[in-house]
Amino acid sequence: MSNSNPISSFLNSRFERVPMASKRTFQVYRYDPDQNAPPRMQTIEVDLDGSERMLLDALIKLKSVDPTLSFRRSCREGVCGSDAMNINGKNGLACLTNMRTLKGPIVLKPLPGLPVVRDLIVDMTLFFKQYHSIKPYLVNDDPPPEKERLQSPAQRDELDGLYECILCASCSTACPSFWWNPDKFVGPAGLLQAYRFIVDSRDQATAERLDNLEDPYRLFRCHSIMNCVEVCPKGLNPTAAIGKIKEMMVRRAV
Amino acid sequence: MVIVGAGGSGMRASLQLARAGLNVAVLSKVFPTRSHTVAAQGGIGASLGNMSEDNWHYHFYDTVKGGDWLGDQDAIEFMCREAPKVVYELEHFGMPFDRNPDGTIYQRPFGGHTANYGEKPVQRACASADRTGHAMLHTLYQQNIKARAQFFVEWMALDIIRDADGDVLGVTALEMETGDVYILEGKCTLLATGGAGRIYAASTNAYINTGDGLGMAARAGLPLEDMEFWQFHPTGVHNAGVLLTEGCRGEGAILRNVNGERFMERYAPTLKDLAPRDFVSRCMDQEIKEGRGCGPNKDYVVLDMTHLGGDTILKRLPSVYEIGHNFANVDITKEPIPVVPTIHYQMGGIPTNIHGQVVAPKNGNPSSIVPGAYAVGECSCVSVHGANRLGTNSLLDLLVFGRAAGNHIVDTLAREPKAHKPLPADAAEPSLARLARLDGASDGEYAQDVANDVRAAMQLHAGVFRTQASMDEGVAKIAALRQRSGAIGLKDKSKVFNTARIEALEVENLIECAQATIVSAAARHECRGAHTVKEYERGADDPQHPLGRNDAQWLKHTLWFSRGNRLEYKPVQLKPLTADSVPPKVRTF
Repeated sequence: MSNSNPISSFLNSRFERVPMASKRTFQVYRYDPDQNAPPRMQTIEVDLDGSERMLLDALIKLKSVDPTLSFRRSCREGVCGSDAMNINGKNGLACLTNMRTLKGPIVLKPLPGLPVVRDLIVDMTLFFKQYHSIKPYLVNDDPPPEKERLQSPAQRDELDGLYECILCASCSTACPSFWWNPDKFVGPAGLLQAYRFIVDSRDQATAERLDNLEDPYRLFRCHSIMNCVEVCPKGLNPTAAIGKIKEMMVRRAV
Repeated sequence: MVIVGAGGSGMRASLQLARAGLNVAVLSKVFPTRSHTVAAQGGIGASLGNMSEDNWHYHFYDTVKGGDWLGDQDAIEFMCREAPKVVYELEHFGMPFDRNPDGTIYQRPFGGHTANYGEKPVQRACASADRTGHAMLHTLYQQNIKARAQFFVEWMALDIIRDADGDVLGVTALEMETGDVYILEGKCTLLATGGAGRIYAASTNAYINTGDGLGMAARAGLPLEDMEFWQFHPTGVHNAGVLLTEGCRGEGAILRNVNGERFMERYAPTLKDLAPRDFVSRCMDQEIKEGRGCGPNKDYVVLDMTHLGGDTILKRLPSVYEIGHNFANVDITKEPIPVVPTIHYQMGGIPTNIHGQVVAPKNGNPSSIVPGAYAVGECSCVSVHGANRLGTNSLLDLLVFGRAAGNHIVDTLAREPKAHKPLPADAAEPSLARLARLDGASDGEYAQDVANDVRAAMQLHAGVFRTQASMDEGVAKIAALRQRSGAIGLKDKSKVFNTARIEALEVENLIECAQATIVSAAARHECRGAHTVKEYERGADDPQHPLGRNDAQWLKHTLWFSRGNRLEYKPVQLKPLTADSVPPKVRTF
């Protein structure tokens, strides 16, 4: 094997990862309505062997120390949206949060603004109710053609940055307007999807969709604080989509 | 109507039922869009012919050959013929497919998919960037909302209810938020619970993939078919397990060994990096075994995409780019990424016919219909994937058979309306007894310790390359682990969202799947598709068993029964519905 070969020399230098053992301190929000005790912050120290790349890996280790700790998780690669939580004060996915980016004690709380079911698990009913309220499905009453409906690459590009949402709720639960009015303000996640259907060249319900948001709360409670953009684990921009819907509202009013 | 599982196949079935106005309850352990279909990346196979000439006969041939002739050719013909229809339908539902300049759906090449019966690769995989499963799952959920299907979110099904006639009458289920147990009665019960990829230590699968429907079926006396066939996906990220889609190679990525050599050219001169997955995985392992692996331990090869250019990568493979960054610390536009074959897909499952009806041996008929029971998707075995699934055929399977099962239920109930049969008096007993045992056991072993030992044993004894001695040893180990799984303890007794209880219940399903796999594998004395055993390996020119495949004795499906831990076999359907049968031949690419 020759070291002048670019691949072998690159590989031999790059991937010698020596796992670093370390002790980490977690402060975790604990609450179980089945126990007669108020919520508390629990401090747990855990020995990590360095193979825990992401926070979710460490959380699973934590659960083996204290099996009563409850949290949601599934895909562990940032596509299912299960393990959103408040990590050192900022909403994000445990499975996409690299342990190396977390300094000092790691403070974990449930997503803010929604009722806590238990520990890091929140009741997402209101969040999904808002998502459902924007009629998140394509509306096209023409009889479908025998083959696909045609859409140009440029029209399809309009959907990029919108359809990728994983409904993790990091954004809506970081939004002060949603904290105040979760029953009336659709929130960034729902509005992002509203725009995803408005802008789809195949959808015929733009007028109804705008009517559905014409209300002092549903759309206009967004004050462009942009917390949603800052926390979105998929790098999406709900504020921009909301701005475009507002623009369409104004344009059709004049 | 009860549907267990809200992934691609469950929601495709529930959509047919809800649109027909039937009262359907869809249970899911997780919110529907968190089901594992969401993680599928590459595409949906359908011979639309948008890129070049293609037709379902080619797709049919590729699937039969890809599955090493173990697939049932009637089911394969049905799937490949239905494929364009279900893809167009999905597009009409709003699926954000990528597009060609003429506005048609973009299709990319994928492993084992060819034009003109193996002549050259063909572009058949209908894609939404590398987020096809995500786009499909969300689209199906959205259509279900529109059709007003009723979801029971975060409900875990526990057991199938069967009466004395063997009819399936519903399921028991645990509402996770309250800890309460319910009986859900259904005129039909459809299992769409996905695979059991978590029986292995290194898996591309989500944590929820614990084979719950398979465990339920096994405990209810139903067989599990062809469980020895597990697909290793060639490109799991080394040390992370996370999947990199075959679409990377579809877009032109190349596997290289430590010398920088494109080694697949040696093994598969025609299809090269786009040979089927079992084949590519074995070649990778061969390279590693022969000392041409990369890294300090020479234990992986690399996937090189650097020549594709940043624009193509960010347009067609944006998630792969993110995965490289997040899970391997690699910029795939500039550097190759370390990969190893990683457990990905279960070809076997609950035996069904092409309508999704569960079938089991009875009175000499190996495929007698079990009244009231349906199964679709990865938990089922219809069998279209045979001994090795082609990439893109899994999403297709979900759509075709989810839809077919839904239609069959609607048609049957319209033709012969029936009342609910009375439930047996002890319908919930087995489930309540399992829960009571856990609640009474505080000192037993931690569920994840047992589960981790199952995973380690399966990884060691039922891997890419198997040996008879190692599989036999695995049979004994798993039998011992079954004893341990019966003595798991539960420290957390809370009623509310008790994930420790859920995980303990999952282990009871895992162990059924693991035992089905290892016992079926140890009994199959040949090499076929994903099942490669050292002792039975032969050359391609072997007159009797080319490449180790022994059609005289082993061209048959395995059926494993939990009760008695025993095996039966049933013949492979070599006769398609209308097409000419593809007779077995030497499988080279």
